[in-house]
Amino acid sequence: MLPSRAKSLRDRLSSASNCQGRYLWGAGASVCLADILTGTSLSCSLSRLSGRSVLVATRDQIAAALALIELDGTARRVTICPSDLPYEHFPSVIASAEVDAIISDSDEIKRHSDVELYVRSSVELARTEQLSTGTRPTEWVILTSGTTGTPKLLTHSLSGLTAAIKTQENSAADFDTVWGTFYDIRRYGGLQVFLRAILGNGSLVLSSAEEPLGDFLVRLSAHRATHVSGTPSHWRRALMSPLAHEIAPRYVRLSGEIADQAILDNLKNFYPHARIVHAYASTEAGVAFEVTDGLEGFPASFVRSGGPVELKVEDGSLRIRSAGIAGGYLGRGSPPLADVDGFVDTGDVVQLRDVRYHFLGRRSGVINVGGLKVHPEEVEAAINRHPKVRSSLVRARKNPITGSIVSADVVIEGEFNADGIDQIAMLRREIIQICQERLAKYKVPATVRFVSSLEVSATGKLSRHNA
Amino acid sequence: MSIRSAILLQIQQVAQEQNNKLSPLTDEMPLLESGLDSLAIAILVARLEETLGFDPFTLSDDVYYPVTLGDFIKFYEDAAKSRKVAS
Repeated sequence: MLPSRAKSLRDRLSSASNCQGRYLWGAGASVCLADILTGTSLSCSLSRLSGRSVLVATRDQIAAALALIELDGTARRVTICPSDLPYEHFPSVIASAEVDAIISDSDEIKRHSDVELYVRSSVELARTEQLSTGTRPTEWVILTSGTTGTPKLLTHSLSGLTAAIKTQENSAADFDTVWGTFYDIRRYGGLQVFLRAILGNGSLVLSSAEEPLGDFLVRLSAHRATHVSGTPSHWRRALMSPLAHEIAPRYVRLSGEIADQAILDNLKNFYPHARIVHAYASTEAGVAFEVTDGLEGFPASFVRSGGPVELKVEDGSLRIRSAGIAGGYLGRGSPPLADVDGFVDTGDVVQLRDVRYHFLGRRSGVINVGGLKVHPEEVEAAINRHPKVRSSLVRARKNPITGSIVSADVVIEGEFNADGIDQIAMLRREIIQICQERLAKYKVPATVRFVSSLEVSATGKLSRHNA
Repeated sequence: MSIRSAILLQIQQVAQEQNNKLSPLTDEMPLLESGLDSLAIAILVARLEETLGFDPFTLSDDVYYPVTLGDFIKFYEDAAKSRKVAS
């Protein structure tokens, strides 16, 4: 099946009638969408990027957004780099995606990479006559974290990324739509919101990693955000803010993590006029479904074949086939994404209770801490560096604030002395310190328990149970 | 140790470990403005479950997300009381 040739993002914007009144509002800079149609954020002419594989590695989200709009239809491939990607991973990303041009708003990137062409980007648009309305089906590449911390690269097409977005239904009522998101648009969840805002008739308010939550809520309120999107953890944090009452969205969207009944109920109470929707989406499987009845889990009737999105449950995990799934992984030796029938195994274990499926956790043991993935193997490797540690098992522990949190069971060499309490506390501190030195904050175990042995399966691997 | 002092002690420990600078703690202070970020609060809840033996967020059907430090402490104290009644 050939992918349907989608019009480029800029083409779609030019055919929209109301760009004059539409904006991308960032924590720092803001841009009117009409100015994107007559200007460029890039230091070189767009034609130099034609047919290239371009890495968009800006610090600023607005700069990334502008680059994406400009490049779609012109570049052969656009790889979207999250702002927090450590420089040590750049060489592998550049090699896997065969990057031959980098767009950045900082010169720092030049010291950590070696490509043919560097293009400086700015959120100050310069007027240009040379506007491309390219018709190349640009391949989009989104990063997701791999087992060892090295990112995995997933390819998507614009038509696949937008498969779940119903722009046809846009009516005059959408003209005042102002999206706001706690996500970064360089991750799948945030990119969905960005595309919804651009392809719908809306504006978009973007947060910044450095911005205090309260300030973002105030900005959402100032721009009268109507549609606000984030993970359940983003929303729990928002509801813990005294400024949560500042916003009055009519649409609240949750995705990226399991939405539990507590957060759904709290949002309903807090924003009684809002439609509360939780969506199931992943970088691999795309947007699979939306749940609109305010209940956790999803109706068993969603599991069916036929239709644009097909779901099945096999060996306990949810599998998806749709136009929205990623094309595949980039890079040598990458495993196929889908099975022979085109289904992607999400690795999310579900259980049928009456007429509803509920999420139990990840088969691989991957821990979702507030929307950020943690591979237990990476944490175990850090813990096992401590000379007193014989082995360790890292798993998810349920948490009301971040959904899950990292928890470690540790077997030590030898035994604790009789007056072991101080020893235990000290060892726990040392293990946490070792992890802090090597891992991102959310990967460091919140709790460390000392046990006498770990369960090992028949294949000799540690048994990973779902939390 | 009272629940209040157990919570305050744990807050100090988590903040120190996370390198979060704490503001002087008062009951009226919003928890998220105390210097603890949401990850630190998540860790705090997990540690408190280990030291106190319960997590009020999973005990109650009527969960809410406490805004101030005072709300947070009261949430734990109320949960402890209803646990005593239940047992």
